[in-house]
Amino acid sequence: MTALAVRDSATMLRRNLLHARRYPSLTLNLLLTPIMLLLLFVYLFGDVMSAGIGGGGPDRAEYIAYIVPGILLMTIGGTVVGTAVSVSNDMTEGIIARFRTMAIHRGSVLIGHVVGSVLQAILSVVLVGAVGVAIGFRSTDATPLEWLAALGLLVLFATALTWIAVGMGLISPNAEAASNNALPMILLPLLSSAFIPIGTMPGWFQPVAEYQPFTPAIETLRGLLLGTEIGHNGWLTVAWSVGLAVLGYLWSTARFNRDPK
Amino acid sequence: MPSSAPPANGRPGAGRAPLAISATALRKSYGDKRVLDGIDLRIPAGTVFALLGPNGAGKTTAVQILSTLIAADPGSGPVHVGGHDLAVDPQAVRAAIGVTGQFSAVDQLITGEENMLLMADLHHLPRREGRRVAAGLLRRFDLVEAAKKPAATYSGGMRRRLDIAMTLVGDPRIIFLDEPTTGLDPRSRHAMWGIIRELVADGVTVFLTTQYLDEADELADRIAVLSDGRIAAEGSADELKRIVPGGHVRLRFADPAAYRHAADALREYSGHVESLSLQVPSDGSQRELRSLLDQLDALGIQADELTVHTPDLDDVFFALTGGDTRVPAQTDRTARTTDRTARTDQTARTDQTARTVKPEETLR
Repeated sequence: MTALAVRDSATMLRRNLLHARRYPSLTLNLLLTPIMLLLLFVYLFGDVMSAGIGGGGPDRAEYIAYIVPGILLMTIGGTVVGTAVSVSNDMTEGIIARFRTMAIHRGSVLIGHVVGSVLQAILSVVLVGAVGVAIGFRSTDATPLEWLAALGLLVLFATALTWIAVGMGLISPNAEAASNNALPMILLPLLSSAFIPIGTMPGWFQPVAEYQPFTPAIETLRGLLLGTEIGHNGWLTVAWSVGLAVLGYLWSTARFNRDPK
Repeated sequence: MPSSAPPANGRPGAGRAPLAISATALRKSYGDKRVLDGIDLRIPAGTVFALLGPNGAGKTTAVQILSTLIAADPGSGPVHVGGHDLAVDPQAVRAAIGVTGQFSAVDQLITGEENMLLMADLHHLPRREGRRVAAGLLRRFDLVEAAKKPAATYSGGMRRRLDIAMTLVGDPRIIFLDEPTTGLDPRSRHAMWGIIRELVADGVTVFLTTQYLDEADELADRIAVLSDGRIAAEGSADELKRIVPGGHVRLRFADPAAYRHAADALREYSGHVESLSLQVPSDGSQRELRSLLDQLDALGIQADELTVHTPDLDDVFFALTGGDTRVPAQTDRTARTTDRTARTDQTARTDQTARTVKPEETLR
């Protein structure tokens, strides 16, 4: 049973990677948003932002260090929008009906999408991270263990968001709807501590920024790469990620196993 | 008729010939729309069964249930496919069947060859054998040249061929084909018929749905006519044709005066002025023919050509699916002719057999 699941999921993963390789425009388009935001905030708003945050004079390098972890997690939010779109597209394809009538592991179609998307998300993070390094981002004192933990965090967080995005794709009748339904994945990082610390936000808004998955994940990544205080954010991130992954998994599989219309 | 058939049983040895597919009182509703209203099926292994019906009759729903895609309603009787109970072991049913749905079930984004290899992987064929099977089927379905191109670029006929080729990768013994030739040009359609005949020659059981009567006639051992979620009639093509009296004698005249004379004299007919031909309902029996000839002789009418037409499945189809699902009795003949006249008169001016009737018939 498990062997079947692994084997069929691997086949479906190959199919998904083939799609991504054959049609890379969707993935590349989704990379543009975080890269543009990164450049925009650093080079246009960077002086003002850093002056406002630090309370002292403008320090663009300091702001690069502040913003890059948020941009990296935002990249994951962006790539999972692509997941929702491609799942929704895939469900309209006749081949899914064929898969359902074959003696294969039921969940393999979705697992293939999830693993494929997580790999793409990590690849995207690496590409965006390279842009960050190119404009001057440096990790201060991260040990190899902290680098590993950072990678683990990115994979875990990407897996969680991807399962939610798969569910969003499954309930969307077409690609446009999927893209709209997945909008929170792009909006939430904008409303987090990605660009400015929560303490500098208006009081009424702070809970919105605080009680959502991106903020603790960003704070944790910051802590791992730059040595800032992580505190309870590490556990919060794990809890958010596991919770969302389980929720997304149950939602998606229930939705997928339902009779197609 | 099927309702009085003995209880279906899919286990081998239960009947005379093992049944590949059996279902009793198959029901499916969407909301308060009843799509299948209790259909019974008994399909012996190695035969071709055609489910014939107009759009919306429930053909696709039947295929979707039998191929494990959707569940039948709780009130349905047991369904066995390939000897396995659909409700108990759907995965075993899936292992026994191949399905080519109405809408092409190919992955458009990847090439034909990649589609085939995907199927081979999902059937857990060893890599080398998977390649061999894929290459063989691509050759058999004339897709070698297109193998490296994305399936999205294929023509309708090519996509259908790829679709069936993919279905055959696991060597299934029961194949469902949902409207396999809908939307194909005549050449592709005949090619598809050839493919289906080959499958049957290999001993595969084929469950076919179609809205084309000639297709069912051409391919199927048994045909069930589905109308409004019920099986209106079932039998071989010949048996079905016998149910409905759609036969006629066709008289052709060279002389318009003779045509008019005959048209005035005959009580019941449909005619076509441009070709000077009359169609007189007849079962083709010697007695009816003689009576018609006697009538013409007595009036001194000379037809230049006389041909006897036996009913075709079109007649069966219209009779069984034309609103009233009861098999019409012999006396319904005139009414039916009138009914069809109204239908053709409005639309088909170019139809060479567009029928006209006497005014008093139209008025009734």
